[in-house]
Parts: sequence; structure tokens; C-alpha cells
Amino acid sequence: MDALLELLKTNARLSVQELAVMLGQSEGEISRRLSQYESQGVIKGYAAIIDDSALDPDYVAALIELKVTPQSQSGFDEIARQIAEYEEVESVRLMSGGYDIIVSVTGKDIRTVSRFVAEKLAAIDAITSTATHFELKSYKKNGVMICDKETDERGIISP
Amino acid sequence: MSRDMSKLLNQTAVNMKPSGIRRFFDIAQQMDDVISLGVGEPDFKTPWKVRQTAIDTLQKGRTCYTANAGLKELRQEIAAYINKTIHTAYDPDREIVVTVGGSEAIDLAVRAIVSPGDEVLVVEPCFVCYAPIVEMCGGVPVSIETKVENEFRLTAEQLREHITERTKLLILPFPNNPTGAVMTREDLEPVAEVLRDTDIFVLSDEIYSELTYRGKHSSIVELPGMRERTVVVNGFSKSFAMTGWRLGFACAPRYIMEQMLKLHQYCIMSSPTTSQYAAITALRDCLPDTVKMKNEYNIRRRFVVDGFNKLGLTCFEPQGAFYVFPCIRSTGMTSEEFCERLVHTKRVAVVPGNAFGECGEGFVRVSYAYSVAHLREALKRIGEFLEELGESK
Repeated sequence: MDALLELLKTNARLSVQELAVMLGQSEGEISRRLSQYESQGVIKGYAAIIDDSALDPDYVAALIELKVTPQSQSGFDEIARQIAEYEEVESVRLMSGGYDIIVSVTGKDIRTVSRFVAEKLAAIDAITSTATHFELKSYKKNGVMICDKETDERGIISP
Repeated sequence: MSRDMSKLLNQTAVNMKPSGIRRFFDIAQQMDDVISLGVGEPDFKTPWKVRQTAIDTLQKGRTCYTANAGLKELRQEIAAYINKTIHTAYDPDREIVVTVGGSEAIDLAVRAIVSPGDEVLVVEPCFVCYAPIVEMCGGVPVSIETKVENEFRLTAEQLREHITERTKLLILPFPNNPTGAVMTREDLEPVAEVLRDTDIFVLSDEIYSELTYRGKHSSIVELPGMRERTVVVNGFSKSFAMTGWRLGFACAPRYIMEQMLKLHQYCIMSSPTTSQYAAITALRDCLPDTVKMKNEYNIRRRFVVDGFNKLGLTCFEPQGAFYVFPCIRSTGMTSEEFCERLVHTKRVAVVPGNAFGECGEGFVRVSYAYSVAHLREALKRIGEFLEELGESK
């Protein structure tokens, strides 16, 4: 991956000026490349990596496998878009293998997520079955370790 | 009263000064929450494949001594690696030894070459071990002080000025710790030209050879007339983030290597077996990992050089290793004063330049083997330190 994208992936707050220094390019060049990535849809946005469970211990995340009957005109697309509209849904992906669509959902507690699956997802006609997996602990997110803070085992000074 | 036998100890050892780093280490060690920029080792973990190989061989119980010179397979990999990187062929059976870190390789080379009274040219600022080892051999270390205006490279004139009829060995440490200086082929050629008319040996310490940021590393051994007088030292610590594995190597013509091997055989037997197996994997499969680490260091290097220059601590752009060497003379302090006050008031540890030789006075060594977030915080604190210093003047 382009070094510019690598840098932004783990720290979207780096300024154009800092990126220019780090990559040995001019600020103009960096701005131009960023706009290009944005207009091409490579960069979709600049977001913080948030460990929600650190904010609220009751917070839950779940992955829900869906089996879906494809529609005659749109295949899976229309159903997937419909699911993606719900604000509880973090991501929606069409998959190969034993099920068709995987949805990641977050909620303030288990009941909220369960209700969402039972009342919203299962209610969609084309969805023939759901399997909900609750996340127990998250270790890495967006390429960043979020479990324990790693300590530097090196000494303070060495030759 | 118990006998005082301390006078009977080897007086060269007794008189040896502890490393200048040590003293500052003791100061920094006593403090909490120090943000360090003082470490001379990678912050990356050893590539997983290398660790996996070590685990596998341990599970299989491959834990005996190896051949004195090291596993044949490893020596063959080293020969291939050296041939590919610095275009010099060594016989894996007679011209390569696997050592306990680059440090042992340095020790072996100096002890194999230097006799009492011999002068050894030490290009400073440099890693801390050369002069003490020379002294233990009864040799006389002679400093050659490189200069910031030459980007801390050795010049042919400087070399010529320091050669006497007693000069036996030149120690050439590039890419350099602490300055980050490198010597290109064009820089090395005039140095080699001075040496060609002499009987001076060369110890080329190339432990940072994988970490060069403008073109590939060049070794003096590649130049005509140099191979027969040169010991090349390298290792796994910096290139593969394997400091704790303690594994390095030396390549030298057979007549030198025979002596080094005897010393190695009597004091070490053979280097750690697990590390040797792991190192085979490093050379075979993990060179792409070193490139990744280098690219990451390069990002930090640009960030830190820019940061110091903006703070007004001028910093030449180092092209190797993972150190920058900013000049702190504008503060009016000595290197040690600067470091001590910085660690006391802002809890940031950098190493006084004079710990690496007198000519390092007026500079500090800053390691960028840290994350960008860590470096940013440290630079911020150094900025505050300088600001408060300016206010108090």
C-alpha cells in the first residue's frame, strides 16, 4: 500500500505538513494526492479508532451471518443496501461460503442488539436465516492493537 | 582484616573507564515517567518467522553446540548474503565466523590483529567499545575526530595525518552510531587509496548496513586492494530486530580468520544454537521485513530531523542507522548539562554526544527507534525546554 495511505490508516490526524515531511514530498504534492484519493473514492473519510467497550462496559458488538434469497433484478445488492441503512449497523459485506451476508452491529447492551436482530433483520422477507455471534473481546481494530497497552521492554539508555 | 588484593588485578581493566553512557543511564534510571530517546536498539519485534524457527528447533531438541565457526548452513547463507550485498566472496568454511553479537566479532578482530604498542585509528564519534578493547590488547587507541561540516565522514587527509609507523589498524564504523553518517563508495575510495600504500588493517563495522536511506550501503572491502586487509563485521541485531538473540558474524581472509577462530573457540566455543537456526530463516525469508522496518525508520528520520531543525537545534540529515545528532551549542550548555537538565525538567532522555568520543561534545544522540507519537511528544517537551531556557536567559 502507498506509504501515504499506510500513515493515514493508523493516524488520520497527521497534517499535510507533517505528511510532507515524513514522506519527503512537498505539501502541494501531498494535498494533490489526497484530493485524488478522495475523488477516486479510495479515501472514504477520516475517522477515529474508538474502543467503545472502554467507554461503556455494557457495550456489545456482534457479527450476524445472514442467508438471503437473491432478488431477481438486483441479486443481493438491494437487501444489503436496505440493511446498511440501519444506524445500528457498522458494516455489511457480501461473502462467499456458508452464508451470504455478514453484518456487524453494535449496541448499548445485549438486549438492544438481540431486539434489532429479531425485530428488524429477521423481519426482512428475503432473509431466510440469521446466526448471531457476540464479540467477547476485541484485540485489534483497523490495524491498530487496542487490547493492552504494550510496554517498552527496552532500557532507557543503551549504547 | 581481610587482604586487599585489588592492586593485584589487571591494571588495564581497573583503569578502564566505564562507558560514558552508563553514568547518564544511572541518572535517568532513577526517574519515573521518562520519555526516552536513548535506546540503541530497534523497537520492532523480531519477525515472526524467525521466532517460529527458534520455537520449532527448541521443540525438536536441537540444542547442542554447533561447529565452532557456527552452523555450516548459516555460514553459507551469510556468504550468499554478503556476496549479494557488498559483492565480495568469502569461503563459508574458512573465512566466516558466527559470533555472539557484532560485539564479539569486534573483539576477536582487534585481538587477532593488535599487539602491544600498536596504534589503532578509531574514527569518532563512535560506538563505545573499540578503544577499551584496543587498550586491553595493549594497543594505543588514536582518535580521528570527524566533523559536522564533513557530515561526520572520514576524509583521506584526516586519515593521512594520523598514520604513523606504528599504525596497525583502522576501525571504520559506518553507517555510524551515534551520528547516522554513511560513507558512499565515492567517500571510501580516497580512504582506500591512502591505505593501499600501507600495511594497515581495516575493521569495518557494518552492523547498520541495512539501514541506509539514500542508496544501498557500500563497504570499503569492495574496493581494490582492501579485501586482503579487512575484517567485515555485521550481525542480526539491527537489520532483523534481533538484539537479544546475540548473533553477529565476521568475514575475513583466511589468514586473519584462522586467528579469530582460535580466540572464538577458546572463549565462546560456539554461538547460541537456537539463535543460529533462527538466523538462517532471517537471511532466507525475512529480508522483506528489513525493508519494511527501514521504510518506517525513514519516515521517523525525516520527522525528527525536521523537528530539531525547527526547534533551532541544527541537525545534519543523517543517511543511515536510526540516530540523529543535533547540535546543542546554541543553548550554551555542554552535552552533559543539556542532557541532565532536559531529563530533570522535562523527563526526556537523550544521550550526551561526548559519550561517543570527545568530538561528540556539543551534540546529543537521539534515537528514532520509537513510534511517531512518542517522538512527537518528546519533541514537544524539548521545545518547551528550549523555550523556558530562552525565558530564563
